[in-house]
Amino acid sequence: MHEPRDRAVERKPDDDVILSVEDLAVHFPLAGGLFSRDRRLLRAVDGVDLTLKRGECLGLVGESGSGKSTVALSILGLQAPTRGRIVVDGQAVTDGPSSDRKALARTVQIVFQDPYASLNPRQTVRRTLEDPLRVHGVTAASEIEDRVATMLRHVGLRPEQAGRYPHEFSGGQRQRIGIARALILNPKIVICDEPVSALDVSIRAQIINLLLELKDTLGLSYIMISHDLGVVEHMSDRVAVMYLGRIVENGHWREIFERPAHPYTQALIAAIPDPLRHAPLATTGGDLPNPLNPPNGCAFSPRCRYAEDVCRHEPGPVLGTRPDGHTVRCWRADEIAGSGVLAATE
Amino acid sequence: MTAAPLLEVEDLRIDLDDGARRVAAAEGVSFRISRGETFGLVGESGCGKSITALSLIGLLRPPLSIGSGVIRFEGREIQHLSAAAQRDLRGNRIAMIFQEPMTALNPVSPVGRQIAEMFVLHKGKSWREANQLAVEALASVRVPAPERRVHDYPHQLSGGMRQRVMIAIALACGPDLLIADEPTTALDVTVQAEIIELMRNLCAERGTAILMISHDLGLVANVCRRVAVMYAGRIVEERGSADIFRAPAHPYTQGLVDSLPRLGSRAALGRTRLKEIAGVVPAITSFPDGCRFNPRCAQASDICRTNAPTADFLEAGGLVRCHHHA
Repeated sequence: MHEPRDRAVERKPDDDVILSVEDLAVHFPLAGGLFSRDRRLLRAVDGVDLTLKRGECLGLVGESGSGKSTVALSILGLQAPTRGRIVVDGQAVTDGPSSDRKALARTVQIVFQDPYASLNPRQTVRRTLEDPLRVHGVTAASEIEDRVATMLRHVGLRPEQAGRYPHEFSGGQRQRIGIARALILNPKIVICDEPVSALDVSIRAQIINLLLELKDTLGLSYIMISHDLGVVEHMSDRVAVMYLGRIVENGHWREIFERPAHPYTQALIAAIPDPLRHAPLATTGGDLPNPLNPPNGCAFSPRCRYAEDVCRHEPGPVLGTRPDGHTVRCWRADEIAGSGVLAATE
Repeated sequence: MTAAPLLEVEDLRIDLDDGARRVAAAEGVSFRISRGETFGLVGESGCGKSITALSLIGLLRPPLSIGSGVIRFEGREIQHLSAAAQRDLRGNRIAMIFQEPMTALNPVSPVGRQIAEMFVLHKGKSWREANQLAVEALASVRVPAPERRVHDYPHQLSGGMRQRVMIAIALACGPDLLIADEPTTALDVTVQAEIIELMRNLCAERGTAILMISHDLGLVANVCRRVAVMYAGRIVEERGSADIFRAPAHPYTQGLVDSLPRLGSRAALGRTRLKEIAGVVPAITSFPDGCRFNPRCAQASDICRTNAPTADFLEAGGLVRCHHHA
C-alpha cells in the first residue's frame, strides 16, 4: 500500500528520481543604510532537500512567504541559488553554463495561478502555443500545426479554437490554454503553482481531473504548490511542508494527513474548516515571523503550543526520521506525533 | 418570539444598467436574519452575493441600483432612506468588513485614528475620548501592544493584523449586524482560522448577527447556522448549514459539495475522480431562460428550460428552487 520512501540526504543515484534538490538555499542581501555595517540577509530558502520520482506528484505546502515559489523558480532556472544543487533528469542545472536554459525549459515547465494574467491578451492561442516550438527549433509548419492541434485536444479544447484570443475564453478554458502551453514542449516535470485557486469553485474539479489525467497519459511528474490542503491531499503522492524557508515535514501523503507529526502541519490541517463540525479552527497564534529576524532555535517556536525551552535555543531542530519513514523537523515530534486529534479536542 | 427579524430582505432585484438596457444582476432575493444569528450567502463570482450585501447598506453605485423589493431593518424599510439617514445606520447599526483590508483602510491615516473616527462620528465623543476607546477596541481584537499600534499606518501591519483593525472599526459602535464579505480570502489558512474565531467570538459575546459572504461553502457552513446558495443572481437553496452538506437538495449545491476534494476523503475512499459540474458560469447579460442552472444540469427537462422554478419549502426546513429537487 505504501510507496518506498526516500530515506535521508545521502542517497545512491536512482533512476527513478527525475528531480533532486540538495541543500538549496536562496538568500537575498538587502541593502542597509549607506554606512550601515549590518548587511541584512533574507533567507527565503535555507537548506531544502527534495526528491521527485518519475510519475509522482509532490505537494508543496506552506503559508505565503514560506519559500515554496522561490524553490519552484530555482528549479525552473529562473532564480540562481546561493547554495546547493539541483539535478533535473540527470543534468545538474545549478552548475551548467547558461546555454542549458533551453534544455531545462524542455524538461521543466510551469502552470501559473492566474490564467487571466499569464496569457498574452494580444496573442491568439495558436501563437501562444507555437512560439515555444519555434524557439526550440520546430519550424515545419505542418508539424507545428499538428502539435498545436494535438495539444489542444489533450486539454479538452478544439483545434478550431486556436485562432481565438484569450478574452474569448472562460477562466477554466484559459487555464486549459495555460496547461497546453506548459505541455507543448513535452516536458517531464510540470510545476503547478496554485493552478485552481483563481478559478470559480464549480470549475476547479474539471482542471484537477484534467491535470491528473494528463499526468498519467503523458507520464508527467508534478510539483503541486497549493495552500488548499484538500486539493493537495487529493493530488499528491508525497507532501513536503515548508515553514520560513525550510522543510519541516516530508512524507507519504497518508502519513502527512493522518499522522502529522509537526505542530505546524497539525495547525494547517486543523485550520481547514470542517462544514460538519463547528470546532475551533485555530490551534496556533500569530503571523509568520519576520524572515529578516527569524526567531532563535525552531522558527515555529513563537507560535507553537508545544514549545519548551529547548525549542527556543540554538541550534534549531534537524530533520529526523519517524518510525513510519517520514521526516520531521521538531525536537518533540515523538511526543506530539498523532496528537492532532488530541489537539482538536482540547 | 413574534418580534420583527433584525433584517428582512423581500424579493430584492438589483439592476445593472449597461447603457442600452437594464438587466437583473440579482432578482427574487429574499431572506431574513434574526438577532444574533449567523447567516451565510455562498456563491461564485458574479452570482450577486456581494452586490446584495452592498445594497443592504446603501453602497450600490451606478451602474448598479435597487430595481425593486424591500429591505427592512428592525421592521423599518431602509431601501429608500436619505443619504444622511443611511450614513447614520451604516457603521453604527450595520457594519461591514471587506475582503482586502489594505484597500478598505485609509493608507495615509494611522489605524487608531480610523477607529476613533467611528466614536466621533456616531457616538459624539471628543477625539480625546475616542482615541482612548480606540486603544481599547484594538485590545479587544487582540492586537498586541495596542497603545503603540494605534499610531501605526496600515502598511506597517501584516494582513491578519489589518483585518483585525477592520473588525475593530466595524464593531466599534456595537452594531446589530456585521456584514463580512470574504473576510479571510486574502489570508493564509492559519491566520484565517484566527480571524474567523475572533469574529465569531466577539459577535457571540455582543449578540451581533453576522451575514457572511464567501465562495467557500465549507467555511461558511462552519461559521453560520443557516446558508443560502446563490447562482446567477438567484438564491437556489437555503438550509441549515449541516443539512446543506449532508443532503443538498439543489443539483448545483449537490455539484459543489461533490466536486470539492474534502480533507480526509481520499484516505477514506481512495482517490476517485472528482465529480465535475459541466459548462461555465453564465454571464450576467446572458442568463439562460427558465432555471438558470439548466444548461449545466444533468437532470434538466423541458420545463427547466422555460419556467423559473419557485421556492419549495422542505419538510426538514429550508427551501429550494428546482423543478426536480431531491
